[in-house]
Amino acid sequence: MNMLSRGLLCYMSGISTFPKAGRRADATGEMRRPPVALSEVFAETVADAAVAGFVLSHLVKGSDPVLWIQDRLSRRETGQPHISGLGTGRAVLLLEIARPADVLIAAEEGLRCKVLLAVVAEIWGDPPALNFTATKRLALRAEAMGVPCWLIRHGGTPNLSAARDRWRITSLPSAPDPDDARAPGDPRWRLELFRSRDKQPGIWVAQHDRAADRVDLSAPVPDGTLAEDTGTAGQRATR
Amino acid sequence: MERWQRIQERQGSAPPDDLPQVLAIDGPHGPVVHAANRAAHLAGVSDGARVVDMRALCPALRVDYADSVGDRVALDHLALWARRWCPWTAVDGQGLILDTTGSDHLWGGEATMLQEMEGRLSLLGFSARLALAPTWGAAWALARFGPVRAICADLAPLPAAALRLEAETVLLLHRLGLKTVGALAAVPRLSLARRFSRAKLGENPLLRLDQMTGHLAEPLAPPETPPVFRADARLAEPIFDPTHHLPGLCADLCDQLADTGKGARRLRLTVYRTDGEVSRIDIAMASASREVAHLVFLFRDRLERINPGFGFDLISLEASVTEPLGAVQTTLAGGRDEALELSHLVDRLAVRFGVGALSRPVPRASHIPERAEARAAPLAAAPFVPDQLAERPLRLLDHAEEIRVLYAVPEGPPAQFVWRRRTHRTVRYAGPERIAPEWWQDKPGTRLRDYFKVEDEAGRRYWLYRAGLHDDGRGGDPRWFLHGMFA
Repeated sequence: MNMLSRGLLCYMSGISTFPKAGRRADATGEMRRPPVALSEVFAETVADAAVAGFVLSHLVKGSDPVLWIQDRLSRRETGQPHISGLGTGRAVLLLEIARPADVLIAAEEGLRCKVLLAVVAEIWGDPPALNFTATKRLALRAEAMGVPCWLIRHGGTPNLSAARDRWRITSLPSAPDPDDARAPGDPRWRLELFRSRDKQPGIWVAQHDRAADRVDLSAPVPDGTLAEDTGTAGQRATR
Repeated sequence: MERWQRIQERQGSAPPDDLPQVLAIDGPHGPVVHAANRAAHLAGVSDGARVVDMRALCPALRVDYADSVGDRVALDHLALWARRWCPWTAVDGQGLILDTTGSDHLWGGEATMLQEMEGRLSLLGFSARLALAPTWGAAWALARFGPVRAICADLAPLPAAALRLEAETVLLLHRLGLKTVGALAAVPRLSLARRFSRAKLGENPLLRLDQMTGHLAEPLAPPETPPVFRADARLAEPIFDPTHHLPGLCADLCDQLADTGKGARRLRLTVYRTDGEVSRIDIAMASASREVAHLVFLFRDRLERINPGFGFDLISLEASVTEPLGAVQTTLAGGRDEALELSHLVDRLAVRFGVGALSRPVPRASHIPERAEARAAPLAAAPFVPDQLAERPLRLLDHAEEIRVLYAVPEGPPAQFVWRRRTHRTVRYAGPERIAPEWWQDKPGTRLRDYFKVEDEAGRRYWLYRAGLHDDGRGGDPRWFLHGMFA
């Protein structure tokens, strides 16, 4: 019982530090200043749109455009973001680039512009250009300009990186549809924060409420790092 | 007519000179002849007549449509080009008027100047009828009705049409028996003034006569030369790298632009090499700008594409296309303009990755998913299109990929499908959503699509469709495709 409540406590703290990237006052009027930085998202399987959905659910609503950069292989293998599926009120600037190395240059270029809501860069595989230095540049620039940067890695391996948060996203069987028992309802994802600078790593099951465009953490996954209090709560989780 | 001939020659489709050819424009009762070549004139074709009448006269007549707008633009350019002879030139209807007062002696006298003009114009491929007279009206009349290269010739024998009058007034004068300028001038001034007291300038022979004889002043109002925004750097020694000179050039150019309230849309950097070659870099911008730092930045990555050869000693930066750009106060408290910042980003990305790489997907009114999205310019505003009622996938493949399926029921979703050599088992599904082909633009025989949202055993949600029905008579068994992925 004690173990369960402690797990629940950690899970609650997971909610409070859930990195809802935003620069403006939210609906309650209070100015929240969450860490805006470089986050890296890995897809467990190729062509799993859960990654894009997860990234989109983290972007603040606004009329400012999102710079969405894709290299050619990502585009061919996983398709491109579809404007009707992105939800209303989203403006996207789509940049198609041939080489993965140029994606990093374009992302850095986009991070110089404060007007953008976010910069989302999709990179296929593990290009040599995507090393620690490149990610460090992106991370520092994102923090300096206050523009969140999301790096979507298709078929990549989590090598050395300066990303502040590193996620691994998998699709889970969706929630039941209240109207149709046979139909898939709201999507569910397994979110694994396996490396983070200022948050505790952990695993969550998230349900994306499409109508409200909100992510609910529906059930915590029993996990050793979560259940045991190792005394590292609130400390940096990198290294 | 000659401009048309040269354009046709450039395209390699010029007809031979001895075939009658006319250029037509639309008149109130069908096309009328605007210009005709020599063969057509010999065959009896007259300007201003209806094309059908002229066809009856000359059955072999070839007709093409005249490009009036292009003619006017070409004439405007020619007026500026003619400033090589004198500073005041203007377009006058179908011709040019040059005020050569005080400049004829520079060309060795009036007759020599006219010969020089005719020679130069024929080098351009134009024939010209030139005349020189003390007044605008007299020069106009002599050029059209006088002898070749007339200089202050006698105006009296010219027809009444030489007075720049409208056709109705000319007809009226003919009926009155006043067929020449001389006959009109012989009429007492008082009676002419009484007869045409209320007529406008184009219908008033007295005013036109006064203009021709110089009793009424008619000064020339030449159009302004479009300003050239250009900054040059002349170097004492040939250099290989223009990087250090670029900020100075840009600052100079931006000062010039700021003085006239303009911003540059296109820039051209030209380096003149010592071996006589010229290399250029062209830069285009999403919105007009005169910010030095921005312009320098746009050139930064392109400079290495210059081939310096043995070095160059003259660098010139020119704003080839400009737009009005007022001084804008962005925010009262200072800070930067957001729209400006975005257009700068668009410029930087376009310079780096090409103009076509960056686009803005905007919704379009169509039910076919791949047509429901259009690519607009990055700074374009999104048109209003009502939202799709049905759920659409987050990601859409560029081309729907064919899958192999295993049916449970022919009309339902597949029980199992193979996509990219991997087998997926359908656990849950929603659909079908039937999307019929758009008959107004699809080919006949295009099959309808039944879309299913399908979830496989791992929880991945796909968007599949079946093209066609089993018995629709548009091909064999329906094929299945995977078109997108849901979050």
